[in-house]
Amino acid sequence: MSLIDDLLLHITPGRVTCKKCGYVDTVYRVVKNYYACPKCGYYYRLGARDRINLLVDKKSFRELCTGLGSKDFLQFPGYQEKLDKARNATKEEEAVVCGTASIEGNPVALFVMDSKFMMASMGSVVGEKITRLFEYAQAHSLPVIGFTASGGARMQEGVISLMQMAKISGAVKNHSNAGLLYITVLTDPTTGGVTASFAMQGDIILAEPRALVGFAGRRVVEQTTKSKLPDNFQSAEFLLAHGFVDAIVPRSELRSTLAELLTIHKRSV
Amino acid sequence: MDSYEKLKTARHNGRPTGEMYVREIFELPIELHGDRRFGDDLAIFAGVAFLDKRPVTFIAMEKGHDLQSRVARNFGCPRPEGYRKALRLMKQAEKFHRPVICFVDTLGAHPGADAEERGQGQAIAESIMEMMGLRTPVISVIIGEGGSGGALALASANKVFILENAVYSVISPEGCASILWKESNPETVAKAANCLHITADDMQAFGVAEDVIPEDLDDFPRMCRAMKAQLAAAVDELCELSEEELVAQRYQRFRRFGVYEETPGSRRSS
Repeated sequence: MSLIDDLLLHITPGRVTCKKCGYVDTVYRVVKNYYACPKCGYYYRLGARDRINLLVDKKSFRELCTGLGSKDFLQFPGYQEKLDKARNATKEEEAVVCGTASIEGNPVALFVMDSKFMMASMGSVVGEKITRLFEYAQAHSLPVIGFTASGGARMQEGVISLMQMAKISGAVKNHSNAGLLYITVLTDPTTGGVTASFAMQGDIILAEPRALVGFAGRRVVEQTTKSKLPDNFQSAEFLLAHGFVDAIVPRSELRSTLAELLTIHKRSV
Repeated sequence: MDSYEKLKTARHNGRPTGEMYVREIFELPIELHGDRRFGDDLAIFAGVAFLDKRPVTFIAMEKGHDLQSRVARNFGCPRPEGYRKALRLMKQAEKFHRPVICFVDTLGAHPGADAEERGQGQAIAESIMEMMGLRTPVISVIIGEGGSGGALALASANKVFILENAVYSVISPEGCASILWKESNPETVAKAANCLHITADDMQAFGVAEDVIPEDLDDFPRMCRAMKAQLAAAVDELCELSEEELVAQRYQRFRRFGVYEETPGSRRSS
């Protein structure tokens, strides 16, 4: 049985409406189509667990770097409420899930950001979890695959969020110096401080079709440039055309593409 | 002064800019231009010089001092080619075992369509990652505004100093105010500046800056003499470390940032 068929056994039946074209279809058909609208191809945003289930070998995922919770240490207006809401809505402790797994038999360390948790903004916990994952991967000579999605650094943690960019980048650099592979998969949306750090530091950078990927927000760019931007501005296709991603890979082919890339980089002992 | 007053001081037009510090602190600076890929970004003023008798590489963000030079320097907001020029010169410094001294003063990386097309995010990401691995001492001084990732791209250093009235922030208080209160006016910006904790004293309390440098803008040469002594001492201290130790010290410096709660983890599998 394929991973998709396995997932279909566990879905809650019902109907969903495509955010892009308004097409209504059954959850079953949408999931079977790799969480894409059967009519227009729009990619539904995936929670971290769904993404992992869609990607890794059955029962191979072992979660790491758990037990970390964000703290409203600046008493920032509304932060605690936002955290509580996100925890309740996603049942996740934070905006990234880390662990080890295998993909078609290839062992990997994996992090998956979850845009359903405060738009996967990066605070201390996101920074710490990803850093620990890279340290773990280096200690165990594992490649890292990272699915990025983020609104950027989490302003509610002030400059400490900004420091996470350097902290993770240092861990990526150490992992890279050890001769280990790091692949990023840019998913919708990857922006701000995440784009300006570990999302763009992969040896190989893949992107999902039509994913929004950029540094500055579209509105800010429009104000700066004082002109209307093309529709495809900051899309995965735009980045590919300008030389900033290696390939755009449809969801249905991600698992096989990653498996092949992992195989190609397997070190002969 | 409260955070908002500090913010206005940090941005004040009469404030000394990067090039002025370079010319006052270093001997015989020679400017080196261009990223060898696309162009020369005048928002970054960089090159080689002596600090006392020691050769160094300097990299300064430069806002300009009158309308014409401010436009030419894009008000100190670097484009990707600016970060790539800085990185080129940092790698050059590594090759010749020169310490790197950066002066940070920017509202943020340039948020224009051209910058996005040329990979602003990638340029900053690469700069931070390469700085974290640089096998030569790096010191950064925040002299005015430390605006987000565009500032961190030149501040992933072994030691970071900040001037008394400079600020450092993850997002501009204006940006924060418009997200939080849907409106950016002096009142909401002042509130945002407070919430974000952006002052030099905040940075020292967080450990984000090793030291706060006192300002004496009425006697700029004297202030720079003190800065020079402090920079020279910091360089001397870092030059005691081996290349491996420098990289390890820099990683440990950033490794400790993070405030969170930790409970013994429950492992989930799926």
